[in-house]
Amino acid sequence: MKVLVPVKRVIDYNVKARVKSDQTGVDLANVKMSMNPFCEIAVEEAVRLQEKGVATEVVVVSIGPIQAQETIRTALAMGAERGILIQTDTDPEPLEVAKLLAAVAKAEEPRLILMGKQAIDGDNNAVGQMLSALLGWPQATFASKVEVSGDKAKVTREVDGGLQTLEVDLPAVVTADLRLNEPRYASLPNIMKAKRKTIDIKTPDDFGGLAAGHLKVVKVTEPPKRTAGVKVENAAELVAKLKTEAGVI
Amino acid sequence: MAVLVVADHDNAELKDTTAKTVTAALALSPDVDVLVAGKGIAGVAAEAATLSGVRKVLTAESDALGAHIAEALSGLIVPLMANYDAVLSPATNVGKNFAPRVAALLDVAPLSDVQEIVDPSTFVRPIYAGNALETVSSSDAKKVITVRATAFKAAEHGGSAPVEAIDPGPGAPHTRFVSEEIVKSDRPELAGAKIVVSGGRAMGSAEEFHKVIEPLADKLGAAVGASRAAVDAGYAPNDYQVGQTGKVVAPQLYVAIGISGAIQHLAGMKDSKVIVAINKDADAPIFQVADYGLVSDYKTAVPELMAALTAAGK
Repeated sequence: MKVLVPVKRVIDYNVKARVKSDQTGVDLANVKMSMNPFCEIAVEEAVRLQEKGVATEVVVVSIGPIQAQETIRTALAMGAERGILIQTDTDPEPLEVAKLLAAVAKAEEPRLILMGKQAIDGDNNAVGQMLSALLGWPQATFASKVEVSGDKAKVTREVDGGLQTLEVDLPAVVTADLRLNEPRYASLPNIMKAKRKTIDIKTPDDFGGLAAGHLKVVKVTEPPKRTAGVKVENAAELVAKLKTEAGVI
Repeated sequence: MAVLVVADHDNAELKDTTAKTVTAALALSPDVDVLVAGKGIAGVAAEAATLSGVRKVLTAESDALGAHIAEALSGLIVPLMANYDAVLSPATNVGKNFAPRVAALLDVAPLSDVQEIVDPSTFVRPIYAGNALETVSSSDAKKVITVRATAFKAAEHGGSAPVEAIDPGPGAPHTRFVSEEIVKSDRPELAGAKIVVSGGRAMGSAEEFHKVIEPLADKLGAAVGASRAAVDAGYAPNDYQVGQTGKVVAPQLYVAIGISGAIQHLAGMKDSKVIVAINKDADAPIFQVADYGLVSDYKTAVPELMAALTAAGK
């Protein structure tokens, strides 16, 4: 069974995003970039499926600038077999990303697409669901457990108030939530090995092209700041203030 | 133009997020219909019909809809969109699951987690874990929107809209519901609670979390929350998590105990009306957003707080 894992290069999750003063976006110049954490979890899960003998090949695909090769290389060092970069310097919106990925899926014919539930830059949480819709495949989002047997996958999902388990027929799209697994650190030998693995560099036109977007960013601004209030001396003073000053208890 | 709100419910109760989403929908159009899709939902539909401003309630029932399966919901909603210019759902896990699917099938760009409607084509939504706000305009004729419900006031109850049953649609032939584990609690639901008491990594163990956080929450009639660090350490269950990757809350009072205040946690609670922080580290970032800060070890501060609340008649 072939598994396709789309990954995204984003601002490192430890770096605080700063809004550009001209309000056109977030400043990414000289900022540390890494693989989106949810994508990392998806790669880990795919590699584990391969180690269990369930997956036979793990293919990683990324859409982004030429530097996204590094992100693919990280996935190859974790254990994926080969990579595809769809090189573009534009920042395509989720619908366009889903369309490109659908074209990749048609060419690669995976039985399972494992991907992060959302990227930590746009926070849309949309591409997996849209890809599944465009392919006409079932979807199992926000996965915290994935078991593949034969032509079915049993997926436990994080839902409001608890967990839900679904069974989907393959091929399917599964999106990873935080607690699906803890991604490994690539070992040095595997990092060296990954340098020799293949990354095919393609363009959006190889997969049907990029259409004009449906969305236009008017501006990007800083959220209103909260200011620090007062320090209280003890619990009694706290209760008194909450009661009389704030009126919330 | 008419707009459709997809009700948030568990087949038994209508969630408060629905009333808030109705308010957001009324900013787009005076003609708001509510779709209640589920199983055994007569009570939910009856309650939705009382929301002020609702024109009509549509009900659709099947097992797949009862399990909120995205393929079944999108199969039901997409044909209905011939009659609507926008569909809105709260950005709950159910809403986030089906809305992008609906958008892809309509070939439109979904608008996720909208917290402000500037005009019927322009929306404000958080990006980068709430560290930036994006104002975006959509050229799509039909809009698919999930809303951050805490950013909108709940519509009042005072209406009496007609309820009309419709065909449940094609279902989900390739997806089957297996089981669910929903945590039942007598405490208010985290996302809609007026008071939230949250514990962090400082608790050190699940036992300590139960012993310290829960009695205080019960004394205040509060919901219980936790930081991601506490959840990851296994001190509290997943669905307690407040933050960008968990629940976004905006209660009247948020009490953070032993929580340092990582960016990802702040993104989930910074819109609370009043924030109280108890932490022994005076430099913890949580104090920068707290209205009232108490620099103290929770081990002494929480028992004192319990006693002070009792003394104040709580």
